[in-house]
Amino acid sequence: MEAFGLLLHGFAVLLTWKTLLLMMVGLVLGIFVGVLPGLGGPNGVAILLPLTFTMDPTSAIVMLSCIYWGALFGGAITSILFNIPGEAWSVATTFDGYPMAQQGKAAEALTAAFTSSFIGSLVAVLLITFLAPMISSFALKFGPPEFFAVYLLTFCSFVGLGREAKHKTVISMSLGLLLAGVGMDTVSGQLRMTFGSAELLRGINFLVAVIGLFGISEILLTMEERLALRGHAAGISLRVVLSVWKDLPKYWVTLLRSSVIGCWLGITPGGAIAASFMGYNLAKRFSKDQESFGKGRIEGVFAPETAAHASGTSALLPMLALGIPGSGTAAILLGGLMVWGLNPGPLLFVEHKDFVWGLIASMYLGNVVGLVLVLTTVPIFASILRVPFAAVAPMIVVSCAIGAYAIQNAMFDIWLMLGFGVVGYVFKKIGIPLAPFTLALVLGSRAEDAFRLSMIGSGGDMKVFWSNGLVGGITTLAIVLLFWPVIDKAIAGLGRMLRPARA
Amino acid sequence: MGQIVKTTAAIAGLLLSTPAFAGWEPSKPVEIVVAAGAGGASDQMARMMQAAIQKNHLMKQPMVVSLKGGASGAEALMYMKSSEGDPNKVLIAYSLIYMLPLSAKIPFNWRDLTPVSVIALDQFVLWDNASGPKTVKEFIDAAKAASAPFKMGGTGSKREDHVLTVFMEQKTGAKFSYLPYKSGGEAATQLVGGHTESNVNNPSENLEVWRAGQVRALCVFDKERISYKTKVTDTQSWNDIPTCKEEGLDVQYLMLRAMFLPGKVTQEQQAFYVDVFQKVTQTAEYKDYMEKQALKPIFFTGKDMVEFLEDDDKQNASLMNAAGFVAK
Repeated sequence: MEAFGLLLHGFAVLLTWKTLLLMMVGLVLGIFVGVLPGLGGPNGVAILLPLTFTMDPTSAIVMLSCIYWGALFGGAITSILFNIPGEAWSVATTFDGYPMAQQGKAAEALTAAFTSSFIGSLVAVLLITFLAPMISSFALKFGPPEFFAVYLLTFCSFVGLGREAKHKTVISMSLGLLLAGVGMDTVSGQLRMTFGSAELLRGINFLVAVIGLFGISEILLTMEERLALRGHAAGISLRVVLSVWKDLPKYWVTLLRSSVIGCWLGITPGGAIAASFMGYNLAKRFSKDQESFGKGRIEGVFAPETAAHASGTSALLPMLALGIPGSGTAAILLGGLMVWGLNPGPLLFVEHKDFVWGLIASMYLGNVVGLVLVLTTVPIFASILRVPFAAVAPMIVVSCAIGAYAIQNAMFDIWLMLGFGVVGYVFKKIGIPLAPFTLALVLGSRAEDAFRLSMIGSGGDMKVFWSNGLVGGITTLAIVLLFWPVIDKAIAGLGRMLRPARA
Repeated sequence: MGQIVKTTAAIAGLLLSTPAFAGWEPSKPVEIVVAAGAGGASDQMARMMQAAIQKNHLMKQPMVVSLKGGASGAEALMYMKSSEGDPNKVLIAYSLIYMLPLSAKIPFNWRDLTPVSVIALDQFVLWDNASGPKTVKEFIDAAKAASAPFKMGGTGSKREDHVLTVFMEQKTGAKFSYLPYKSGGEAATQLVGGHTESNVNNPSENLEVWRAGQVRALCVFDKERISYKTKVTDTQSWNDIPTCKEEGLDVQYLMLRAMFLPGKVTQEQQAFYVDVFQKVTQTAEYKDYMEKQALKPIFFTGKDMVEFLEDDDKQNASLMNAAGFVAK
């Protein structure tokens, strides 16, 4: 129980008024940058990072990690209220969160999102606390074939478990993969599909696409329909919060499943983004009432948020132990650590015990303080919906544009964002799902690199994807999930055939 | 002609910044542009300079690090090229300024930027897994004897790591299959995990895993050993790593770390940054960083720097040609 003792020591360091105050400041700032649509976690943390340079390391890291938590919490707010995900992993939260807000249940959706974020993070922090040494060696097992298998699993689970028509999912995903190929190809070092344009060199930034696809297209749709955000600010009180909490035990299976998926994918370096999608899809698959997903079901908020935050939190582990950031925000946090001369690596846990355990303790505290803080401010955020659409829409468009511009300081990205807005509008009209498109855009080039590196390594032999238990298991699972509808039917058919035989 | 442009630019600069008789100073936060991903050697160096400048009050305006590692770093180069005349952006450059235009036909020429100073030279070391062969000779023999070619991890394709791999092949006759990763950090963890047999990372990229005893430093690609004699791991200092030449592998390569401003800035603006970075090289942070990450501290500016760059450019171009990496 060495871990426990060290953790208590970490708490002892943190429990001072000064640290708690810094925590609150960090969280508020974090929520604020998380709420501004498009600005999102990574940019926000980057802007606030220099603030911490004048502090001592412990205060600085507490402040930074609280900004991180705040941004995580804040991301859910824009996803639910405006259908604009701030981080890649907030995309799945919009599927049911936004419909809930439209039905006037914004407060419930926000409460559900915050609560499940809290649960997901808590499970992950517990995991970090007790399994840290073991997990870092697990992450080392991942070479190119294993990475590819995980990405394949994500893609396949989307096709196999998605509710939408299969061909539409595949069309959407293929378009995403195509656009993911724009820019410099890491493996050959050559440019692809840039058509001589210097702007396209960078490739198509995922966040720019998401802001356009979800945010701008939503504004277009709303303008067409009735020029009003259909959400009504719900009567918010302690009662709403308590009633959501009272129902919480009912969803323990979903919460547990999502936490496990989140933790597993989070410690898989770079797998954090896939987690929320997978958590959502599995919750839907195992639900008795699949049809109601996507129409404002509270479980559809619980599932991705729990998974996203479990993975977002456990993603800090490969970052600390191996120096591989799992998300954009984590990457900037990594930069922050280096300023303090704390080089992430296997020795960090040995040489800087006080720092590591201080950070872990601050994860617990930051989460609790954060939950209280966001819950008490829910009414303020939900009241945004009471403002007339005509006043809110221009503000959203402007902040979307600022967000898109700020990612790479490129004017071209604003045009790209508007273009994606139109694409998103058309897709929604003809019923092509947006989620597979965004998923392919964010994971496409990584999946491609992993595949090609595996092929270079194995000399072009596909057997490499079954070369050991880990990669073989994931690949097989991926293929099973891809053909799940067929397998599902086959099992059901087999069952029917057997039952009359027995009767 | 160049002189005329410079003079005109200087006069224009003087006219535009009338109150700045005491020398030009940035009036808004200065961006250090990093042409690589988070946690890579360039990023670490940029953070060190950010801290050194801020802690020693070398500049009134704050400095922010801006990561532009997209398109294998081409994003940063194009960003600098398009920021002509903007004195609030400084690029921390390395050999990609010569190599990328050759291999990927990026429309970029470092001569379009304003050179400030060369601030260090970076080493390359041949590393293998701690459980792998113990000397260069054993390593090469094992590579030759292996049924499948040894896997060599590195950053990017047709760049310094890849060039070194090709030269190792040419000198020894052993075959490697080169795996291009997105960053040196990734190449390091993949080596530790046993997914590759070796890499040619910069010291800073493998430092932590070396200290943890997970990788072995076989040799350094320089004429002489690294000078730092303080113990880095339990048993070894940087100075204990033999040169590759000592070990019978005659390949040498050093990489510049240099600062550039965008093109068409005034001489005063250039002078301001030359001064700032000269002061940076005298800070404790810089000296400490050089020693810890095994870099060679040097400082070139003005005509010396341009001469150095022209020489270095020629050398890199000939290496790229010899490796067959120049796009037709």
